[in-house]
Amino acid sequence: MTAPNLPAPSSGTAPDGTPSTPRGLPHRGGALNPSADALAERFGDAIVRSEATWGETTVFVHVESLHEIVRWLHDEPTQRYDYLVDVTAVEYRDAMRPIEVVWHLRALGHRRFLRLKVELPKRGTLIVPSVIDVYCGADWLERECYDMFGIKFDGHPDLRRILLWENYQEGFPLRKNFPLRGRFSRAEQLKQALAQDPEARYSMNELTIAEAFDSLPEDMRRRLAADRARTGEEGVE
Amino acid sequence: MTETTTRRTIEVALGTSGLDANGMPIRAPLVVQGHNAVALEGTSTFEPELDSDHMLINIGPQHPATHGVLRLVLELDGETVVRCVPHIGYLHCGFEKIGEYRQYNQIIPWTDREDYLNSPGNNVAFALGCERLFGVEITPRCTVLRVIAMELSRIISHVVWLGTTSVDMGAFTPFLWLYQERENVYNLLEAWVGARLTTSMTRVGGMAADIPDGWLDGLRAFIKGFSKTLEESVKMLETNAIWAGRTVGLGAMSAEEAVNAGLSGPMLRASGVAYDVRKDFPYMDYETYDFDVPVGTAGDVYDRFLVRAEEMRQSIRILEQAVRRLPDGPVNIDDPRLILPPKHKATSEMESMIHHFKLVMEGPRPPAGECYVAVESPKGEKGYYMVSDGSAKPVRWRIRPPSFVNLSAIPRMVEGHLLSDVIAINASIDIVMGEIDR
Repeated sequence: MTAPNLPAPSSGTAPDGTPSTPRGLPHRGGALNPSADALAERFGDAIVRSEATWGETTVFVHVESLHEIVRWLHDEPTQRYDYLVDVTAVEYRDAMRPIEVVWHLRALGHRRFLRLKVELPKRGTLIVPSVIDVYCGADWLERECYDMFGIKFDGHPDLRRILLWENYQEGFPLRKNFPLRGRFSRAEQLKQALAQDPEARYSMNELTIAEAFDSLPEDMRRRLAADRARTGEEGVE
Repeated sequence: MTETTTRRTIEVALGTSGLDANGMPIRAPLVVQGHNAVALEGTSTFEPELDSDHMLINIGPQHPATHGVLRLVLELDGETVVRCVPHIGYLHCGFEKIGEYRQYNQIIPWTDREDYLNSPGNNVAFALGCERLFGVEITPRCTVLRVIAMELSRIISHVVWLGTTSVDMGAFTPFLWLYQERENVYNLLEAWVGARLTTSMTRVGGMAADIPDGWLDGLRAFIKGFSKTLEESVKMLETNAIWAGRTVGLGAMSAEEAVNAGLSGPMLRASGVAYDVRKDFPYMDYETYDFDVPVGTAGDVYDRFLVRAEEMRQSIRILEQAVRRLPDGPVNIDDPRLILPPKHKATSEMESMIHHFKLVMEGPRPPAGECYVAVESPKGEKGYYMVSDGSAKPVRWRIRPPSFVNLSAIPRMVEGHLLSDVIAINASIDIVMGEIDR
């Protein structure tokens, strides 16, 4: 299985402390990131469990404490997780397993990598706190996660679809119950695409500029009025 | 004829006037006397009453300066950007969804098509992720070959960036010089794996092919020629007043801002943060190569240019070392559960035929688990987060797209600058919409 002449296993740090290429990582177990212990000590019951997979530490936390934990990891001088790598989610094929929301954090100074996870039961509401006030880079990552999984990020100022269009009706594509080819038939997709006015493409946010509402195409005014009635937002008129 | 108020004041940036103490181009007021100017009594300082309304302007998605199908909605006060709202998704193909329906080796062609200027780099990154997920170690020769592939791919990407950006700024010559070098790299890749743009050159546990005889000589010749072209192109721009006037001081991000916004790659390093995945979280023995990580000071468009230019020089250094150290030996690991047997064996030996059949029909199965493997792509930290439930297809294949996160900071970078500077700032991010929209 292994080729000859391979160097000795390493966990990612050479004996003198400099980073090195990790080798021979264990599948399960192995050394946890020191931050996992620090988190368990500081937050106690808010931490569900910690585990190491292929040399990476995952800390499962309760959703209520997530924001506080991320804030602490960012601000605490001994941790300094100053870099948000990614926000995403995982849904397993096993329908009984909860959806996991995943945050990948890096401490650039300490050269540490930590994965935070929150488990959301599928029957409940899919809502987690937004970390945009800690990391402004979370903006689009959270929007994409909402777009693809329908997970709401409480506290995000502008949580709308990002890769798909604003009035996409088919649901959330990365959910396992979403078919690979989409929910609607090709004929229906084509019909909807042709029915749209290609000029009706500014968002509500942009139309607050320059009193542009009155000069809009009729169908877009109707759509925006319907949106307003649905969400109860204040209009531009 | 009351509307002939044609006396206006226009500010122009004089390309040759250089920079002021703040590093901004010196702008000389130029008074234009209209063709039919009528000097009215007591109106010599007349200014037409400007409408105070802000204007909404739309750039893209079909616009050559947006480097793809990016759409920016800008709110302008005169010519100054007050607000910028980017819209993306025009190229969304659902790569991550498709990946959940493919075996691991079948996903590799998809990685070609996301950041299509960095196909070899994506192939290598994906294969590294799979190998961590399968728990296998690649051979020493394969490691060095992959380093060569990644650095060539970094050169392609930076060369395209420098060429297209210089066209955006009005310099056409570097574009032609540098695209010739890109062709040379593609010729090398074609000789290696048969494809130019969509290389699909890695497999889980190895490479699609070993390099052919004499390939390293071609690489040495390329390194020699490319160094010269690079220096000429950089020299042409580095001290050019027009180039400096259109790049210095634009879109600056401080180090804290850049880290907080999740920027990576040359965007982050131009702001003075020496974070390079190759140094800080090494892979493929990058810690044993001797190369430097260039950082900027101001974090503006000009610094991003300098950082990328220096990165190409460092890539050449890495390539030279890799050529010297390339060991002999097998490219693929010796594991019939992962690597296809040679065709002649698959058609003549029972065991090889069974392995071939199982590999093609069922695909290799990693143990249940997950991993996040990041590499330093030309755009920044490119990561693949893969989750397996023990079956032959991933439960989740997540691409961490560096240009997606870098682009998300564009409102902060362009606000307060002129409309024409938006083009320069947008170019400096080095976006590839295939990767942003996936």
